[in-house]
Parts: sequence; C-alpha cells; structure tokens
Amino acid sequence: MGDVRLKTTITVNGEPCALDVDTRTTLLDALREHLKLTGSKKGCDHGQCGACTVLVNGVRINSCLSLAVMHDGDAVTTIEGVGTPDNLHPVQKAFLTHDAYQCGYCTPGQICSTLGMLKEMEAGVPSQETPAGARPVLSDDEIRERMSGNICRCSAYPQIVAAIKDVAGVAA
Amino acid sequence: MRPFTYERAVDALGAVRSAAATPGARFIAGGTNLLDLMKLEIEQPQHLIDVGRLDLAGIAPMPDGGLRIGASTSNSTVAADPQVLARYPVLSQAIVAGGSPQLRNKATVGGNLLQRTRCAYFYDTTKPCNKRAPGSGCSALEGLNRNAAIFGASTACIATHTSDMAVALAALGAQVETLAASGESRTTPVIDLYRLPGDTPQIETSLAAGDLITAVVLPPPPAGGQIYRKARDRASYAGGLASVAVAGGQVALGMVALKPWRAHATEAALAAGASPTEAIARELEGASPLGRNDFKLPLVARLSAAAIQEANGRGA
Repeated sequence: MGDVRLKTTITVNGEPCALDVDTRTTLLDALREHLKLTGSKKGCDHGQCGACTVLVNGVRINSCLSLAVMHDGDAVTTIEGVGTPDNLHPVQKAFLTHDAYQCGYCTPGQICSTLGMLKEMEAGVPSQETPAGARPVLSDDEIRERMSGNICRCSAYPQIVAAIKDVAGVAA
Repeated sequence: MRPFTYERAVDALGAVRSAAATPGARFIAGGTNLLDLMKLEIEQPQHLIDVGRLDLAGIAPMPDGGLRIGASTSNSTVAADPQVLARYPVLSQAIVAGGSPQLRNKATVGGNLLQRTRCAYFYDTTKPCNKRAPGSGCSALEGLNRNAAIFGASTACIATHTSDMAVALAALGAQVETLAASGESRTTPVIDLYRLPGDTPQIETSLAAGDLITAVVLPPPPAGGQIYRKARDRASYAGGLASVAVAGGQVALGMVALKPWRAHATEAALAAGASPTEAIARELEGASPLGRNDFKLPLVARLSAAAIQEANGRGA
C-alpha cells in the first residue's frame, strides 16, 4: 500500500494550519485531536446528531463525515472562531439569554448550525416547511425544520428556537 | 476504518483511469454515505479518488429545453437553483425531504444516486446480509422488515433504495451521464441505473467498475403539475416509509423497491382516464407485501392518490 499519511493545509478560524495526518482522520478528529480545538463535539460520529457541525467556506457540514485531506485549502470556522468569552457572538449571547442548553454538549454544533442556517435563509435555500417558490419566514416550524440536523438530548428545543428568533430579529 | 491511500483527481478522465488502474479504488465526493459505511467497515476501499472538486458542478440549460446538472453539485445547490425551482419543483421538494441540511450541503448529486440501502441488516455486520456478504442469507426476510420492498424483491434481498432525489428524477425521466476508463461517455435512464436484487443483490447498478457519474440530464419538464410527498416516522430527517413523485402524467414511487419505482400501470390508467385512486390501485395489484410491511399498500394508495390529485390541480 502507498502512503497513508498526507500533508494538508486547512485555514482554521483564519489561521493556516499545516497537518500531517493519517488519511483516515476526519475533519472533526483533525480539529479536536491535532489542533486541540475541542469546541466541536463528537456525539454519534455518523452524521446523525449534528454536534460536530462546523462551517466550511461559510457552509455548515458535519465534520465527522468528512476527511481532513478532503479540505486542503478550505477555510473552516469552529465555535472557537465564532466568539470568545470576552467578545461573544450575538448568537452565543442569545443562547445565554434564552438558556438554550442544559448540558451544553450540543451547543457548539447548534450555534455553528444556526450561523449556517441564517445564511441559507438569506440565500433563499428552500426547506420542506415552505411551499416551493414562496419566501421562507423564520417561524417556529421553519426553524425546527432547518435545525433538524442538530439533536439536543436535554431537549432545550423551545429555548433554542427562542434564541434563534431573537438573534434573527423575529418576534417570539 | 481500514487504511487507504488518497488522491485528489485533476480531471474526470484521470479519475476514471486511476480507478481502472488501482485495485480497491472508490470515488469519493461528499463522502456522507461512504465514510459512514467505511467507519462500520461495510465499505473497505483501499484507495479513494476524490472527485469532489472536479469541474463537474454547475447547472446549465440544454439546447432541447432540458437541464444538465453536474454530478458534484451539492444537493442543497440543486434544491435552491432558480431553474430547478421554476421548472422542476418536484426535484427541489424531493431533495429537501431527504437527510439534514448539513448532509445536503455536503452530499452531491452523483453520490446521492449511489447511496446504499439503510436496511438494518445491511448495517449490522454481525448478521447475514446477501448484499454485504453475498451468499450469507437475508436476515430481513424473517426479521425487522417493516420498511421492506413491496415491488421487485427476491428471496435474496428485500431492501429498498432510500434516495428521495432519485424518485423525483425517475418521475422526470432523467438520464445519468457516465464516463468510462476508455473515455467513452454514456447516458442511461435513471431507472435503468439500478438493478432489482434477483440472486445478486450485491450488484446494485448497471455501472461497470470504475465508471464515474458526470451529470444528470433532465428532459424538458412534462406538461402538468409536479409534487413530491413522503411518509415517514418523524416529521424531518428520517428515511421514508413510502414516497411519491408526480410530474404531469409521470409517477414514481419511493422506498417500495430496491430502485425508484416508475409506476407505469398508474400512468397508463391515468392516460386512459382513470381516477387517481383507480390508477394507483392498478399499480398496487402487482405488489407483494410480506406481512410487517402490509401497511405500505394503503399508505402508497392514499399518498399517491392525494399527490396526483394535488398535482392535477397545479397543472397549468
């Protein structure tokens, strides 16, 4: 067998990161185990729970279902790049204000997913909640549908919906 | 996951030539299904050829009024495309009925077509499965088979194909464009891409080893309304129990066979003036439920009749 290690460079939260990894390394494991950015969480490791959601070139994906070597040259944003304790992002503030978590394990994924979802709304990406051709409105049902790839075992869903409506400027 | 080597393909011809020359090679684009299966060691490629960044993305009108969708276009991009929304709404509706937004952002058109069944026994490596381990037997025959096929199954395999997108493509009469290692380009109707299980459920498509899907080509949309309807256990992010895609007088059913099931008997009955209820009943005369999936008959009957009715109402 040929070389099962590869060098790859990924820009993470604005910083170019040179990696030399086993080809099997997922983007999630590269972030957590190699770059020590442990904000992104490993829940199911099979794309079912959304705890590993990060933004790649501004688009939300499951980092557990992607290989690090597939992302050479990509720009990845993790929760560490969204805000800091002293300078929280408005979505982070809204999650705090609305108590949109209990254990917090799914929260980094929920927040990254929210950021991607709001961009998708702006871009007019459809969902099954809105009839084809109609402009989607951030109703409770629309948010639940668009956030269905993020599971919260503590079931803080009503507060997550409230936080998202708050940050999007929609009346709760 | 087993070790593998990796290359990023530079062009499509290079990719298919590499696939032909490298034992155990597989293409990867989005990877959302393949990597899941590799973690479970159901898929064990020795070499991955990354075709995700080839120039196979993009959606362009065809001279005949159809639409060509590049194979590495993401599912989300297709669903949001203005040409798709305006002229092929059933395709957009089917895509957003499948997976989660994160998966649709990563998954590609080609990969969606080639995703593998979600039959519980295909995924459970401790149990026999003829599709995963040919000749070992079908655990679903006497097991958890509530979601099994009602059309075209065999005693070797009763699994279903789970793509929503493929059901809409079947109703629209889409063609799949492929490239072989010889450099030859070929088009195949999407319903002929898939094989029924027969005695060889491990052979899932009509593709030759190393063939690469390069595009999906839609003919001009048929006259009439379009709609996709899916029934499932959860409201969102769940595989279907049954689905139906209607495009004018063309009807395809999902999750009832190991391929998207073009409902020819229904179409013929509709063309002869039958009511939607009568027309779907003609199709279901050919169904073979197994007991635990008997519920699919009334489910498909009601889902399809309602969808055909609604599409008729939308037809201009």
